[in-house]
Amino acid sequence: MVTFIQQLINGLTLGAVYGLIAIGYTMVYGIIGMINFAHGDIYMIGAFQSLIVILVLGTFGITWVPLALLFVLLIAVSLTALYGWAVERVAYRPLRGSTRLAPLISAIGMSIFLSNSVLLLQGPRGKPLPLDTEGQFAAPFQLMTADGISAQITDKQIMIMAVTVLVMIGFTLLIKRTSLGRQQRACEQDMKMASLLGVNINRTISLTFVMGAALACVAGLMVTLYYENIKFNIGFVAGIKAFSAAVVGGVGSLPGAMLGGLLIGLIEVFFSAYFSVDYKDVAAFGVLVAVLIFRPTGLLGRPEVEKV
Amino acid sequence: MAMAISRPAAAASVTPELLKQALAAGVVTFLLTSLIVGIETVSSTGQLTYNTRYKEVFVASVAVFFGSIAVNLMREGRPRLALFGGAAVTVVLLALLTLQYAYAGLEAWLPFQAPIINWGSVIVPACICIRAAQIAAAGRARAEGREPASARLGKVTQPLLPWLGAALIVLAFALPWLPLGDRTQAKKIIDICTIVLTYVMLGWGLNIVVGLAGLLDLGYVAFYAVGAYTYAMLSTYFDLSFWVCLPLAGLLAATFGVVLGFPVLRLRGDYLAIVTLGFGEMIRIILTNWKEVTGGPAGINKIPRASFFGLPIERDAPEGVVTFHQFFGLEYNPNHRVIFLYYLILLCALVVNFVTMRIRRLPLGRAWEALREDETACRALGINPTNTKLTAFAMGAMFAGFAGSFFAARNGFIDPQSFVFLESAVILAIVVLGGLGSQIGIVLATAVLIGMPELFRELKDYRMLAFGIGMVLIMIWRPGGLMAHREPTIRLHGKGAPPPAVIKIKEEKTAVAAK
Repeated sequence: MVTFIQQLINGLTLGAVYGLIAIGYTMVYGIIGMINFAHGDIYMIGAFQSLIVILVLGTFGITWVPLALLFVLLIAVSLTALYGWAVERVAYRPLRGSTRLAPLISAIGMSIFLSNSVLLLQGPRGKPLPLDTEGQFAAPFQLMTADGISAQITDKQIMIMAVTVLVMIGFTLLIKRTSLGRQQRACEQDMKMASLLGVNINRTISLTFVMGAALACVAGLMVTLYYENIKFNIGFVAGIKAFSAAVVGGVGSLPGAMLGGLLIGLIEVFFSAYFSVDYKDVAAFGVLVAVLIFRPTGLLGRPEVEKV
Repeated sequence: MAMAISRPAAAASVTPELLKQALAAGVVTFLLTSLIVGIETVSSTGQLTYNTRYKEVFVASVAVFFGSIAVNLMREGRPRLALFGGAAVTVVLLALLTLQYAYAGLEAWLPFQAPIINWGSVIVPACICIRAAQIAAAGRARAEGREPASARLGKVTQPLLPWLGAALIVLAFALPWLPLGDRTQAKKIIDICTIVLTYVMLGWGLNIVVGLAGLLDLGYVAFYAVGAYTYAMLSTYFDLSFWVCLPLAGLLAATFGVVLGFPVLRLRGDYLAIVTLGFGEMIRIILTNWKEVTGGPAGINKIPRASFFGLPIERDAPEGVVTFHQFFGLEYNPNHRVIFLYYLILLCALVVNFVTMRIRRLPLGRAWEALREDETACRALGINPTNTKLTAFAMGAMFAGFAGSFFAARNGFIDPQSFVFLESAVILAIVVLGGLGSQIGIVLATAVLIGMPELFRELKDYRMLAFGIGMVLIMIWRPGGLMAHREPTIRLHGKGAPPPAVIKIKEEKTAVAAK
């Protein structure tokens, strides 16, 4: 039972991160029907930019975690959001309206380009987090103790879950209440009609990429703080898991992305705890295949109605 | 048209609007590069410190500013300024690069630190210059009422394509006999051609799945891995020869294709893509972790080489076995094996090509292409979509299995690192860049994507960077692929149409039916 609760907490933490990345995939897919393959690498760049901001702040003597995080959120998140905009502008917008595969290949090329440029610019080694977190974060809270082992939750995990919940609430409000969200939903349903009604399509799509990238950067920051070590190639695996999460939850649905993220995270953690660490990714993809076979549109996706 | 004719009047004026755009592009570049490029993290003795590299950031921003002006001018059909600017920058950079060793102090004027990036940075203004010259020539031609040169070239080359294919095949067969320099040089060239042909074969195999049947497969490398491991394991554990294993590998890969395809082929488009991607990763993870059977991350070593109809191509053979050079009374030459492998993959690839071209004329091939165009219509016409897709999937997988066992026989060593997602992406890129469905386009795309990087292996890390940029640029430049033109497999009028009598009978029938 203790192990179960401990793994539940770990799984929810990991799942929250996947969910944050998955939102970027699900929104982009919902609006232009394209797998943004470079999104995982945007997440990686977000993690690197967060690390660099923390590093530079450290030399100015700002090491108090809340203040550092505020600066990171201001600088790294907006710069990563700019990456989302730039990638769309350079690699996808010229291809809008061409074949379905062209943007996908372009996205794969962009993903190779981004991860290799970070490899060349920042080196192949893993980078440790340049922030003394041990002194600043409190000791883990004991939730339950039995047979000498205890289930505990660290305040980093609490922070990740809290941030995720806050971001989710903010996003849901943004999509449901604001005019930007309305425009986005309109583009998702029928882009041509939306443009006839005066919605600026290019601007809406750009903003979708910007928001996705900003969330990916938040996820990157969380991972940097949680694992305290990042590398140039973390984007690929996180990217395909997050996309799987988006598909499992139902592409185009925000709560679905979060649900899918949590599901994939939980399965990964439980499988490694109870069966085998080596095959945890096989389990995650197995669940993806199973969900798609029985519910081809995902858990919360709307069934596709085909019009002839 | 009017724009082009009134060009001299508006020549080379940079409007404020244009400047504003260029400035925005420059600022965005500065912001994008300010952290990732501008600050280099260095981990020394467990402590993370940083160096700044702001010279590069400024150079990049300024370059993007001027590049944006040049590109916008060209887009408006006023290439003169871009032409001269691009030429000037190219000349200055080239002069700096060539003279930097002769005169000390010059290297401080070079834009970047790494020599390769410096050389690479020459390409950009050179390309702008060439493109501007093209636009200028096209504009002048249009003013004189002629077609632009590129269109004329396209028209001339179009009917030559079948001949180009034949010429390529002849050239491919003749290649080992051409004067390629000394023995090591010849070996290097034939080796590169063998690698290129392996990818051509994979490209042609995936073309059946993606190009003809329209199924997006991101895990194609899984079948390649199945083929490679089948040969490696059967030959090392059971001593089966290459020629026995080759069909077995193809069959096993095809079986994998059917087993995977059966549950997921009901899914459409991108869902299929992500499932195949997941499947590819699963195979790789299993190969890495199932150490007892697959050798784990270390892979399988000492895989027996392929033999020439039972004659091993080795220097020495065990007692009682005649080697290839002994049998034919030749002097032993290590290049024999290289040439043999080259011909082997050439024949395999041609078989794949032949089978594909014939199948396209069978009802099955027609059904694939019809399914790609409109699944609903196919279903209405009584085509079983799942079975048809399954055959395409299995066929593609089988060819990947063949290629995989060739790969294992050529290398003599395989490990899971050869079957990562990047390989699938590269093969898919070849198919898409070749222009979905075009067999000869795939050869060209492979030559560009595989041949070039293999030739420039010295560039090491920068190779993949250039590969990524190349993929994006080619897609933007030619979204339909290099050979985007697709010939219809059947037409009603003109060349390739059924004989007039058939049409006449049909017309009479419809006329009767109309009455």
